Amino acid sequence: MTESLSMAKSINLGLQRAMRENDKVILMGEDIGTLGGVFRVTEGLKNEFGENRVLDTPLAESGIVGTAIGLAMRGFRPVCEIQFDGFVFPAFDQIMSQLAKQTSRHQGDQAFPIVIRIPYGGHIGAVEHHQESPEAYFAHTAGLRVLSPATPNDGYHMIQQAIQSNDPVIFLEPKARYWPKGDVDIDGPPTAAHQSRVVRTGTDATVVGHGAMVSMLLDAAEVAAGEGISLEVIDLRSLSPIDYDPIVASVEKTGRLVVAQEAPGNASVGSEIAATVAERAFYFLQSPVMRVSGFDVPFPPANLEGTYLPDVDRILDAVDRARGY
Amino acid sequence: MPYTEATLQLLSIDGTLVESDRTAEYRALVDKLTDVQLQNFYREMVVTRRFDIESGNLQRQGQLALWVPSLGQEAAQVGSAFATRKQDTIFPTYREHAVARIRGIDPVAILSLLRGVTNGGWNPNESRFRLYTLVLATQTLHAAGYAMGIALEGKSGTGKPDVDEATLVYFGDGASSEGDTNEALVFAQSYQSPIVFFLQNNQYAISVPVSRQSRSPLYKRGEGFGIESCQIDGNDVLISYAVTKVALDDTRAGKGPRFIEAQTYRLGAHTTSDDPTKYREQAEEDLWKERDPIARFEKFLRGKGESDKFFDAVKTEGEDLAADVRARVLALKPPPSDVMFDHAYTDEHPLVSAQKAWLAEYEASFGGDR
Repeated sequence: MTESLSMAKSINLGLQRAMRENDKVILMGEDIGTLGGVFRVTEGLKNEFGENRVLDTPLAESGIVGTAIGLAMRGFRPVCEIQFDGFVFPAFDQIMSQLAKQTSRHQGDQAFPIVIRIPYGGHIGAVEHHQESPEAYFAHTAGLRVLSPATPNDGYHMIQQAIQSNDPVIFLEPKARYWPKGDVDIDGPPTAAHQSRVVRTGTDATVVGHGAMVSMLLDAAEVAAGEGISLEVIDLRSLSPIDYDPIVASVEKTGRLVVAQEAPGNASVGSEIAATVAERAFYFLQSPVMRVSGFDVPFPPANLEGTYLPDVDRILDAVDRARGY
Repeated sequence: MPYTEATLQLLSIDGTLVESDRTAEYRALVDKLTDVQLQNFYREMVVTRRFDIESGNLQRQGQLALWVPSLGQEAAQVGSAFATRKQDTIFPTYREHAVARIRGIDPVAILSLLRGVTNGGWNPNESRFRLYTLVLATQTLHAAGYAMGIALEGKSGTGKPDVDEATLVYFGDGASSEGDTNEALVFAQSYQSPIVFFLQNNQYAISVPVSRQSRSPLYKRGEGFGIESCQIDGNDVLISYAVTKVALDDTRAGKGPRFIEAQTYRLGAHTTSDDPTKYREQAEEDLWKERDPIARFEKFLRGKGESDKFFDAVKTEGEDLAADVRARVLALKPPPSDVMFDHAYTDEHPLVSAQKAWLAEYEASFGGDR
C-alpha cells in the first residue's frame, strides 16, 4: 500500500508501528506527549499508548539521554527526542562518554538500543541554535550509528530500523523536509538502513549528499540536464557507517565527485568521503573531489542563511570546477 | 564541623550505643541484627581495607596505573550495602570497593580495570552491581532511569517487599555539584521513582573542600528537590545500615526517592596520583582517625564480648585475600586485540569489521615475530 505523506507524518507512523510491535519501545522528550512535539512528529501517540510510554520529560537534555541509558539497562528501547539540533549539547557527555562507550564497556553483556531523534539543518529561518548540522560530531564517535532520511518513505522505514537496531542510533531528521509530501510504501520491504542509494543516474559527475541536501542535488541535476550535463545523485542515508560501494562504483563510471552538505566543511562527513574516495578510486578520478559545505563560521542570522547554505548554484559551480579541471 | 545537630548516629566514637528519640526506629532495626550479621559488618570493613592497602602497594610497585582508595569510608559503604536486598540494583561511582565485594564482585575484576585489562570487569546484570563510572555523576542519571524502568514495569510499590525492587546510587560531595546529579534528582522526584541517593561526603573533591561545593549541608540539597533527606554519621556502620534499610524499604514500597548524606572522611589520598599534604592539615586527619569506622566498631564488638579468636581470624582472612589478589593481579594477561573490535557495537558494523580484518592481516604479515 502506498500513501502520500509528509516526513513528519511518516516518522509518526513509523514510531506508532514500532510501538505497537514492541511494548519495550518508549518515547521520551520535551513536549512530545500532550503537544505532540514542536514539529508534531509524536502527535497522537500519547493518546494511543499512554503517559507510561510517551513521556513528557523534565526540560533537561542530559537527563533525557542519561535516564534513557538506565532504561536500556532495564531492557527498554527508548526513543529520545531532542527538540532542536543546537539543544543536543547539554546531553553531549551522556551521548559521547556514556552511550557511545557503554556497549564496549559491557563487553557483550548489555546492548544499548537507544534512538536519539534530532530535527536538524537550516532553511526554516529560525533563531540561533535552531538550524545547525552537528552530524560530524556523532559520525566521528565510535559506538554510535548515524542515520538521516531524505524522503518520507525513508523516514517511515528508517525510524523503525533505528529502533530495531541493538546499537545507539543518532537519527537526524531534516527539518526542511518535514512537510513536503512523498510516496510511502507502507508494507514494502525497506532498503537496509546503512545502504547509500543512487537516486538519479547520470554519467558526467557524481553528486553525494544527505538529508535536505538530497532534494537540492536533485534540483541541481535537473538544471544541469537542461544544460546537457548528466549528474548521478546519491543519497547517503547513513553517515556512520558510510556505505562507500555505490559511491565508488559511481565515481568509477563518472570520474568526478562533488560532496554537498549544510554542515561546515572543516573535518566534516564530506571530508571523510573525499578522502576515502581518493583512496579507493584514485585512478578513476579525473579531478579532485569537490566539497560544497556551509562556511566555517557559526550559523549566521537567518537573513543570511540563503548565502550560508549551499544552493543549486553552488553545487553546479562545483560540478563546473570538477569538469573544467 | 561535619557532624551537626542533624547528624544521625547510633554508635559513638568510643564504641557505645547512643540513645535518641530520633534514632529509635533505627535502633530497633539494629537490635534485630544477629551476631553473625554484626561479624560480617566488621569482616567486610577490615578485609576491604586490607585489599585497599594491597592495591595501593601494587600501584606503587608499578603494577596498576592508578589506585582509588576507599580508606576511611568503609562504614558508609558496608552498612548501606548490607541494607540492600538481592533484587535491588546498585550504581557505584569508582570507589565503592566494599559494596562491590558484598555484591560478590571479585576484587581482581576491579583491579583489572586499573591495570588496563578492561574498561568493564564484571557482568552487571548478574551481580546487579553496575560497572564503575569514571565521569562523575553520570551514573546518577543511569540509576534514575533504571528506577523509572522499575516503576514502569510495576516492579515497585506492589506491597510485596520480597519482590519489589529499588535502586541505590552512590556519589560524592564533588559530584553533588554536577548538573547530572541535579537532573537525576529532578527526574527521580518528578516520576516518584524507587531510588535512594547515597552521598558519601568524604569532605574533599580531590583537593577542594566541601565548603566550595555547598555552603549549606548537602542533605539539604535533597530537601530542596522535595525529597525526604537526612544526614548520618557515615563512620557509624550501624546507622548507615539502618537508615539505608528504611530508605530502601520506603522507596521500594512506592513512597518516592530518598536522599542520604553520609558524613565520612577519605583517610587516604583521592588517588595514588594525589598528595593530600598540599591541601589539608595533619590535625584534621588525626581528628578523623579518632572517628575511624573500624576501630569504633571493634570497640563495640569487644564490648559485646566478641573474642580475640574472631578478630584474629578476620585479620588472617584479610592477609589471605591480599596475597591471593596480588598473585592473581600479577598473572593478569593483556586481552587479545580482537576484544576492542568485537564489542564496539552489538550488531555487525562494516567499518569495524574491516579494520579488525586489516589488523589481523597486518599482524600476520610479520610472520609471528610481532
